[in-house]
Amino acid sequence: MTVAPPTVDTVANAVDDPDLEQPYAELGLAPDEYARIREALGRRPTECELSMYSIMWSEHCSYKSSRVHLRQFGDLPKGDRMLAGIGENAGVVAVSDTLAVTFKAESHNHPSYVEPYQGAATGVGGIVRDILAMGARPVAVMDSLRFGDVDHPDTRRLVPGVVAGVGGYGNCLGLPNVGGEIAFDPSYNGNPLVNALCLGVLPRERLQTAKASGVGNQVILYGARTGRDGIGGVSVLASATFSDGGPAKRPAVQVGDPFQEKIVTEATLEMYDRGLVVGIQDLGGAGFTCAISETAAAGGLGMHVTLDAVPLREASMEPWEVLSSESQERMLAIVAPESVEEVLALCHRWGVIATVVGEVTGSGRLEVDWHGERVVDVVPATLAEDGPVYDRPLARPASLDALQADRAEDLPRPTSSAALRAELLRVVASPNVCDPSWVTDQYDRYVLRDTVLAQPEDAGLLRIDGGPLGVALALDGNGRYAALDPYVGAQLALAEAARNVAVTGAEPVAVTDCLNVGSPEDPGVMWQFAEIVRGIADGCRALEVPVTGGNVSFYNQTGDVPINPTPVVGVLGIHSDVTARTPMGFARAGDAVLLLGTTREELSGSEWAWVAHRHLGGLPPAVDWAAERALHAVLAQAPLASAHDLSTGGLASALTEACLRNGLGATVTLDDGTFVALFSESAGRALVSTPSPEAVEDACAAAGLACLRIGEVGGTALVVAGAFEIGLTELAAAHTGTLPALFG
Amino acid sequence: MPSAVGVVTFPGSLDDRDVMQAVSLAGGTAVPLWHGDSDLRGVDAIVLPGGFSYGDYLRCGAIARFAPVMVEVVAAAGRGMPVLGICNGFQVLCESHLLPGALLRNAGLHYVCRDQALRVESTATAWTTGLEPGARIVAPVKHGEGRYTADTETLDRLEGEGRVVVRYVEGNPNGSLRDIAGITNEAGNVVGLMPHPEHACDPLVGASADGLALFASVLTAVVGAA
Repeated sequence: MTVAPPTVDTVANAVDDPDLEQPYAELGLAPDEYARIREALGRRPTECELSMYSIMWSEHCSYKSSRVHLRQFGDLPKGDRMLAGIGENAGVVAVSDTLAVTFKAESHNHPSYVEPYQGAATGVGGIVRDILAMGARPVAVMDSLRFGDVDHPDTRRLVPGVVAGVGGYGNCLGLPNVGGEIAFDPSYNGNPLVNALCLGVLPRERLQTAKASGVGNQVILYGARTGRDGIGGVSVLASATFSDGGPAKRPAVQVGDPFQEKIVTEATLEMYDRGLVVGIQDLGGAGFTCAISETAAAGGLGMHVTLDAVPLREASMEPWEVLSSESQERMLAIVAPESVEEVLALCHRWGVIATVVGEVTGSGRLEVDWHGERVVDVVPATLAEDGPVYDRPLARPASLDALQADRAEDLPRPTSSAALRAELLRVVASPNVCDPSWVTDQYDRYVLRDTVLAQPEDAGLLRIDGGPLGVALALDGNGRYAALDPYVGAQLALAEAARNVAVTGAEPVAVTDCLNVGSPEDPGVMWQFAEIVRGIADGCRALEVPVTGGNVSFYNQTGDVPINPTPVVGVLGIHSDVTARTPMGFARAGDAVLLLGTTREELSGSEWAWVAHRHLGGLPPAVDWAAERALHAVLAQAPLASAHDLSTGGLASALTEACLRNGLGATVTLDDGTFVALFSESAGRALVSTPSPEAVEDACAAAGLACLRIGEVGGTALVVAGAFEIGLTELAAAHTGTLPALFG
Repeated sequence: MPSAVGVVTFPGSLDDRDVMQAVSLAGGTAVPLWHGDSDLRGVDAIVLPGGFSYGDYLRCGAIARFAPVMVEVVAAAGRGMPVLGICNGFQVLCESHLLPGALLRNAGLHYVCRDQALRVESTATAWTTGLEPGARIVAPVKHGEGRYTADTETLDRLEGEGRVVVRYVEGNPNGSLRDIAGITNEAGNVVGLMPHPEHACDPLVGASADGLALFASVLTAVVGAA
């Protein structure tokens, strides 16, 4: 028995039936965008073309609302290390004469809310393929996670699923997870943030491009079969606000298979090693459509695709579904005709399905056939490059003045030593400051045998090429600071990530970011976004580091209420000798304890204000880039036994973590103003220990950095002289008990 | 010429390169072995590394057991060749019936990665002669299915015959019966371990240097046998 193929909407149909009513609005396209598509084509689009434009012109793929602002990153000085930057799958930075690293952070917020395990897992999978597509072996991942209030029912559902998803995918892929962060705030109720970062290493000459060049070259799709999962993921999930219809969107979430990704990775690396690849692109958001239109547009030539050659999970799939599926673990390679057999054999050896699906042509057009009928005939750049660009209205929210006037510095403070002690214990036990081992113990940090530092250290530090060269990575954000002042908040995220890299002894050299905000159609949110971009751009200029890539996530809001704007910033540093890295924990009894940098009375947006008063108001801590750079210089040169960044939870948190890391107590004297010294979150500071305090003081004096000798390592308690002491057992119970008690 | 230790790569093996580095650090020659080949390439000992062979679909190690190379591994083990299965490799050895028992989902249901203290219970295997009996060593565990389980009779026999090789101390990460972290076969040439000695060979990138002795032990054993 033969079944007649279902009728498809061909290009010929589109010409013959120009007035057919099309469901562009349901696909997320505005009326003027639809008109623009008709103009570009000179006719109505076919069903396939309409779905291709809808996903390529979605916010997620086209950056249509953010592009006018993100240009500031492109205008930054590139430095002499950047080999590839914004616009590529990931930024690439030279680390030696022969080697480069590539890194990028990306969000998977909306899918993780709908289906936490698969959403988080495929977030990791997607960023890993971006790194792979640059020609690199992926070597590490990190994750930055934000959830609603710990008591919110969604949080109980999301945390175990997201953490298991990040771990399940990364562990099975054999990538060490070397750090990141987890935070909780009611602003993320209903809108969790799942940002993942991947780092890869490549020989400099192996750098790949996503270009379909060379007429006659063959287009090979390899990896998983294409199914109905993730259809419309970028236009439905990532480019619209959630209403109450969460579960109904589940089919739009992709399902991951890390084993498939592992064999695809190994097969791809072998293709690179054998020099078989002319161009390559991963299939991520917008799937096959994005891969063929971007590679064709970048190549400046044309491409013919035989869509029915694509291996399917379900034979009944329609052509527009094949074009828009976001099935995971797929790659597209452009290969010379004489290499095709070798590529197919190599894939077969790894158990990877590989199929020739098209050819690079000189037509200048992207032509797609389905069972012999032409269903797509477009100029590829109209999909990939000529999408709409919006300069959306901005307005500083009127409520901001009142928020900034409501300062945490005016809140009641503990009036006795006993109360101060109790508040320290509450702060270090708070979900945002406590020991995250419940999360990080679910991630493999050892695989690949190059992890020199991993969580709970301030930064991940990886040995490169057998050492002593290494790269350090940190990923940081603070939505509360950015809610109070998005410009400063974004700079604080950058400053913290750079500092976390610097405390290991590494030099910060490049930046990636995930900018998570609400709806761009809200002028207040758009103003926050513009301020965030301006803040990061100005900060990078001050630090003399480029932004090499990143990602924007809009529509993180429920109804009219957006999340706290949350720029998450990743900083990459180069360490010249990982054997000389500085760890965070106190190392030897008798070492002097010093506080580097200036402590101001800066309590607004602090963890203390939240824990003690559930208060958010005032102005966030100030950023002094000259002081940050002075601190970096001292951290790179001074003879330190340990160094630990001060950030959320201030000195209270830093002392707790430095003591508990190796079970060594400390006695510190904070003079007057013990409360401010413990809980202020002033930027530009680090807690260090050293056997040679004079040398550190000299280094600080030379750099123009404030330096206070506050005490000595030793004993089995954290002692704040004249105020209180807390035994390490009690301190550890407070610091480590929180997450297991909440999530089992 | 240094002794050759074969390291099998299944699709989904993850710690294979790591084990090869550890073998080299211990002074041996690491030889890659491919799951689909029926050829042990003349090696003197074999390691089945950690990972998720064949995606761990069906059951951990259940598919790897049927790989062509495993026919040769089982035969070589029968001839007395030293074989070490680490983590997923331990699961493969149990599935292949080279070792008794099974490794089930961790008691806490979570994947666990941590530096784990262990007590050396047997130095009478090909892989542990270089360790001190009763010594406390540290190596990472990193697994979701590491809860060693067997019937009471088997457990009693393992204990009675001195075939428990290492035991978890200072906390059991996965609910293993009798805190068992590693066992050996009757002949003492086949050893399965849930902890990862290859991630305990260099404190710079591992939990300790305690694991190096396992690889050194087997090199001594094969030289002695030659």
